[in-house]
Amino acid sequence: MKFTLSWLKRHLATEASLKEIGEALTSLGLEVDGIEDRAKGLEPFTVGYVIQAEQHPNADRLRVCIVDTGKEQVQVVCGAPNARTGMKGVFAAAGTVIPRTGALLKAGNIRGQASNGMLCSAYEMGLSDDHEGIIDLPADAPVGMPFAKVMGLDDPVIEVAITPNRADCLGIRGIARDLAAFGLGTMKPFDVTPVQGSFESPIQWKIAPGTEKGCPQVAGRLIRGIRNGQSPRWMQDWLTAVGLRPISALVDVTNFTTHDYARPLHVFDADKLACDLTMRWAKQGESLEALNGKTYTLEPSMVVIADDKAAHGIGGVMGGEHSSVTEGTTSVFIESALFTPGMVAATGRKLNLQSDARYRFERGLDPTSPIWGLEVATRIILDICGGEASELTVAGSEPSWRRSLSYRFARSRTLGGIEIAPKEQEAILRRLGFETKGGGEKIEVSPPGWRGDIEGEADIVEEVVRVNGLDKVHAVSMLGSGAMAQPSVSPAQRRPILAKRTLAARGLMEAVTFSFMPSALTELFGGVPAELKLVNPIASDLDAMRPSIIPNLLMAAKRNLDRGLGDPALFEVAPQYKDASPTGQTLAATAIRVGRAVPRNWQSPARDVDAFDAKADALAVLEALGAPIENLQVSTDAPSWYHPGQSASLRLGPNVMAWFGAVHPKVLAALDLKGPAVAMEVFVERVPLPRSKGTGRPKLELSPFQPVERDFAFVVDAAVAAETLVRAARGADKALIADARIFDRYVGDKVGPGKASLALSVTLQPKEATLTDEAIEQVSAKIVAAVQKATGATLRT
Amino acid sequence: MLDQLEATRGELMKLVDSAADLSALESVRVTALGKKGRVTQLMQGLKDIAPDARREAGQALNRLKDEVEAALAKRKESLGEAALDARLKTETVDLTLPARPGSLGRLHPISQTIEELVQIFGAMGFSVAEGPDIDDDFHNFGALNFGEDHPARQMHDTFYLPPKPDGMPMVLRTHTSTVQIRTMMKVKPPIRIIVPGRTFRSDSDATHSPMFHQVEGLVIDETTHMGHLKGCLIDFCRAFFQLDDLPVRFRPSYFPFTEPSVEVDIGCSRKGGELKLGAGGDWLEILGCGMVHPNVLRNCGVDPERYQGFAFGMGIDRIAMLKYGIPDLRPFFDADLRWLRHYGFVPLDPPSLAGGLSR
Repeated sequence: MKFTLSWLKRHLATEASLKEIGEALTSLGLEVDGIEDRAKGLEPFTVGYVIQAEQHPNADRLRVCIVDTGKEQVQVVCGAPNARTGMKGVFAAAGTVIPRTGALLKAGNIRGQASNGMLCSAYEMGLSDDHEGIIDLPADAPVGMPFAKVMGLDDPVIEVAITPNRADCLGIRGIARDLAAFGLGTMKPFDVTPVQGSFESPIQWKIAPGTEKGCPQVAGRLIRGIRNGQSPRWMQDWLTAVGLRPISALVDVTNFTTHDYARPLHVFDADKLACDLTMRWAKQGESLEALNGKTYTLEPSMVVIADDKAAHGIGGVMGGEHSSVTEGTTSVFIESALFTPGMVAATGRKLNLQSDARYRFERGLDPTSPIWGLEVATRIILDICGGEASELTVAGSEPSWRRSLSYRFARSRTLGGIEIAPKEQEAILRRLGFETKGGGEKIEVSPPGWRGDIEGEADIVEEVVRVNGLDKVHAVSMLGSGAMAQPSVSPAQRRPILAKRTLAARGLMEAVTFSFMPSALTELFGGVPAELKLVNPIASDLDAMRPSIIPNLLMAAKRNLDRGLGDPALFEVAPQYKDASPTGQTLAATAIRVGRAVPRNWQSPARDVDAFDAKADALAVLEALGAPIENLQVSTDAPSWYHPGQSASLRLGPNVMAWFGAVHPKVLAALDLKGPAVAMEVFVERVPLPRSKGTGRPKLELSPFQPVERDFAFVVDAAVAAETLVRAARGADKALIADARIFDRYVGDKVGPGKASLALSVTLQPKEATLTDEAIEQVSAKIVAAVQKATGATLRT
Repeated sequence: MLDQLEATRGELMKLVDSAADLSALESVRVTALGKKGRVTQLMQGLKDIAPDARREAGQALNRLKDEVEAALAKRKESLGEAALDARLKTETVDLTLPARPGSLGRLHPISQTIEELVQIFGAMGFSVAEGPDIDDDFHNFGALNFGEDHPARQMHDTFYLPPKPDGMPMVLRTHTSTVQIRTMMKVKPPIRIIVPGRTFRSDSDATHSPMFHQVEGLVIDETTHMGHLKGCLIDFCRAFFQLDDLPVRFRPSYFPFTEPSVEVDIGCSRKGGELKLGAGGDWLEILGCGMVHPNVLRNCGVDPERYQGFAFGMGIDRIAMLKYGIPDLRPFFDADLRWLRHYGFVPLDPPSLAGGLSR
């Protein structure tokens, strides 16, 4: 919302400086976006009268001008084709800085003729990009007067951001009222005395039955015998300053009331209307050419202004081209209506049509404004265009808006945090136009029509506290509930950061990628239901909620590879989605490694990533989260985006806690990613939380006897899972066997085709006595027997 | 006998000193002390000496034996050291060569910033609450007092998903305020929560991303007023940005779910086109807040006549950018390895009030 200082002063009598006004606006909640002092830099430029302009004796394209500056006569050499005797131009004396270039204008001699100043173009003034000639001022411009003043540029433009609740401040009078309440001046009176009509309006308003829901009231009148010329200079200057193009007196008046009083109006050329006007719901498929020259197809949810032949306006949004006023208009019919915010907002949205009127209607107008708005407009039109006004025609009725709200003065302290004397609170409300009744601790408050946003006590507290000054509210620190801070996160909430720290400590970089992904790629990751596809994606490749984080990490890896950044190892601990319900979102700790696990180095051969790197990442996260990793089973049922022979699940019975493995070549091809690539995903919420059993740990039993290590080599069918063998060995004597692990695997000639040799190291931990050779032999035999039974292995000799 | 003994000592000592390595020294030992060694032979000769001189000679011989053994041991040690020195010389490696490959990863600035938020608000008695990214219109708008056609609804640039079977629109939450509703509908006051999480709006440029992060705060009890709102947020801003004298300004504003509503600016300077936080004459908006609207309380089944409190919301990515001088939002979600290493945080150094909040 823009306005100029002088426009503000049309409503507010104030001596406050521009700076004070700016600070007051922001403090009131009308945040200043900018104050533009358009006269800045233009101070040295004045109106000059060209007494004489003659051909330069030594240059075809130059003229030698004698300029009356109001103080003296100065000779200026000028190159503009339009410099001529008797014109008024913009004069700059030697010593002036030219706004466009920042160059200092010097006195000089141009081809033998003295030049002690300059007649300026709009381009040089920085006012336009028009190079064509010097500025040609009106003949009545007073010689010597500052140019900025003549052009109305000495009036600073203030721009404020108006929050959606302050529909009243979409009119400058509303802004003035807030400033007056703040104590920055007093409001000037507002003349709404009815204009006496001298005849009955030949056009009468009607509201079709049932249309009151979209348009509860409309007022209008006809003014005949008018001349629709240009609007007066002051109005044009103000409208231009706030970014509106002056069009004609009648149109300018509607723009003026829109910005001055937040009261949009529409004017019809009465001679182009067939009969009375009706507010009615649009017919399906009805179309209208609007004032912007575009044709809109309307729907029955929209109110139109129509005569019996056609629609002439889209209610609350824009008028029609056909019945619009022109220079030749002699009879004008004014529409001053009340459209309901919901109807206007929906209409504007459906038609994708923005306008100053829509902006105000959808935020809510003063329900009393149809009548006074019409009177104000009539007065101005009669002033500017002359003519004779009819009596009013009104249809519908003012919607009920008066309400009385209870307000306890104590609420400024108990809710607003500041003690303000009841008298002052009441005075603030009255300055804002509220009516107050009663006394003591509690009053009845009636908000004015233009404050549709005031619904209850909290709103009144806001008015009182904001006008009194938010800076006056004392800050009170919040303290925790006890001397020591309580934990802010639960054990479950600590897990994501634990997983992140674990993975980062393993050398992976934490990525945060979008929750979206291309729906085309989701099929490779199990697909997503329709409910996870965005209705209005911002881009076609961000149109589905990701069922897995892996594709986003792989795409991130590709971006890095494309930039020449090798061996990306990335992780993300974040949500993924299987449906749109609150439980459809799960937390996954995921990681990928692409390229080499061991880069080229001088000590050992480089090594590509493989599924065991992903397995190590998964196990590290699971261990950090407290999963019983020794007891986890490996099953080869990872989903389709993994290499079927190089991937697995980590599970505890039916509870799958993680997937890991090499990424399926099909996926790499679809992403155009050069592998090898491995991935893992841990489902954080599926890892059981430790049962809370106090802070004590079980007692540690340390055996005083040395552990003994024994190695075995078994030959098995290559298809036998190593884990089966290890489990069998461990189970052979649970009391004695503390650990068993594979430390080598061999396939080749020495064991024959289809066979593998697995080397197993078993740790025996005696608890009662040192192990005798005999005891060791016994347990060894048990191990061999158990392994043979479970796997069909033979001991390698 | 004694003369012979002196001569033997002289010869043996010479032999010991001239032994060039450990094996030469071993032959010297055999020559001197072996079964047929010179000293051994002299020992054996003792029995032929007159008993009165035998004692003296015996003592002298024992001394000689001790001296030879000591010389041998000394020589052995020095030869051993020389041999070790020689071996070590051959084992020298160039330690300017690189260590075995391996490096520490980094945490994303968002993770670090959320940890900092939890620390600061935790000290003020807040605990962390969470809710789903995909939510319905009721939790994202309706319960938060956004009217059906309210212009504020359009300002949110909402992403929509297909509606529920009952027609309820589904959205990607435009703010984490949804969790205000979920919490109040579930928990009885007093409530003090913060809600860090992902949020979504259909907007993309240098300062907007279709996905970003927000932290919502909510305090509900019987007495919390705007003075607490100011105190809480001033304390937060100063602790988070580590500036004890950071100016904090409160401006009236508007949000459908708070009344009164406030926007908060922090002091800064933009001299020379460079943004510096602190007292500098300029202001930078960083968050929105206000007293929870009675309608919102009512929508959640909380009695607004008894309970009141405040809520706030701010962009986590944005305050991270300000605190850590990160110029552009878009790379946050690009996972460029160089960016992550440069702006990321080492994983084993969590921020804490006791250990410091900035790294």
